[in-house]
Amino acid sequence: MKELIELFFTFAKIGSFTFGGGLAMLPIIQREIVENKKWATDDEIVDYFAIGQCTPGIIAVNTSTFIGYKRKGVLGAIFATAGMIFPSLIIITVLALFINNFAELEIVKHAFAGIRAVVAALVIVAVIKMWKSSIKDYIGIIIFAVTFILSVIFNMSSVLIIILAIVAGIIISSAKKEK
Amino acid sequence: MIYLILFFEFFKIGLFSIGGGLATLPFLYDLADKYGWFSGEDLANMLAVSESTPGPIGINMSTYVGFTVGGIPGALIATIALVIPSIIIIVIIAKFLAKFNDNKWVKASFYTLRPAVTALIAVAGIEVFKIALLNIESFNASGLIYSLFNIKAIILFLVVLTVMLITHKKSPHPIFFIVAGAIAGIVFKM
Repeated sequence: MKELIELFFTFAKIGSFTFGGGLAMLPIIQREIVENKKWATDDEIVDYFAIGQCTPGIIAVNTSTFIGYKRKGVLGAIFATAGMIFPSLIIITVLALFINNFAELEIVKHAFAGIRAVVAALVIVAVIKMWKSSIKDYIGIIIFAVTFILSVIFNMSSVLIIILAIVAGIIISSAKKEK
Repeated sequence: MIYLILFFEFFKIGLFSIGGGLATLPFLYDLADKYGWFSGEDLANMLAVSESTPGPIGINMSTYVGFTVGGIPGALIATIALVIPSIIIIVIIAKFLAKFNDNKWVKASFYTLRPAVTALIAVAGIEVFKIALLNIESFNASGLIYSLFNIKAIILFLVVLTVMLITHKKSPHPIFFIVAGAIAGIVFKM
């Protein structure tokens, strides 16, 4: 029970400081889950994001479900996910009840502009960490470059890119074994 | 009755929206058309609030829409219905992964999947970067190069980046930087 509650509060903390999209939670996940609690490795977080990109649902929820399940099975998955959505439920309900023009308030706009600049810096450092753990040889660099080009220049969908990457991985591994 | 419809509709959204919270948006516009619970304009306002509050955008949106339609129970039901498909699907995949973790095909897939996903995340990072540090709109309006750069934001960005790189492994918690960023934003009217 203690561990379930810990899962709930850890993810509630992450949910409370995720501003704007699933990517913004990456720096906090790395700090809380990988470095502090050691509930998952950097590689596993990349895997969860990979699976989260091509399965239904919100990536933040998918990631918390994964980590919760790994810790404490189905109950762990439920507690972690409940923690992740808890801050949203409270904050949005309170705002909807009392403040009509929240997003229009000057102070909110200023605060959020500052948060966005910080998140941009945090995300860069998070991607560098991810790069270090997930790219280990020249094949990795090539896959990274090709994906980058397919996504930015050809605007290819993430799902299609992920399927191609899996196919490439299977072909490359089979080719290596035949040598 | 309205709660049943809410549950069913958000379960469906959770099941079919792939890749991030913004993928829920088209479904929510459909809901607006289908039931007339709220207008497209309401939805744009909800999105603005969801983007400027903590929490994943998809969750914030469902809570907001659920609340608008059915008060606090509506908010709870919509949000829970949205995450149930994810929980079921991910638990099945996690079970599968635990069992086949050492399978050579699974290993082969992740070998190339990790660099590809790192690239996808880097691409998404560029978007975050553009929104945070550039004024694309005012640049398009004025055509002046200096209006493209959000100077205050870029200075804050560089300060945070420098502190993180210098302190490296001992760097302060990301939450510290986020709170500091909010305060700096207010103090310097960013």
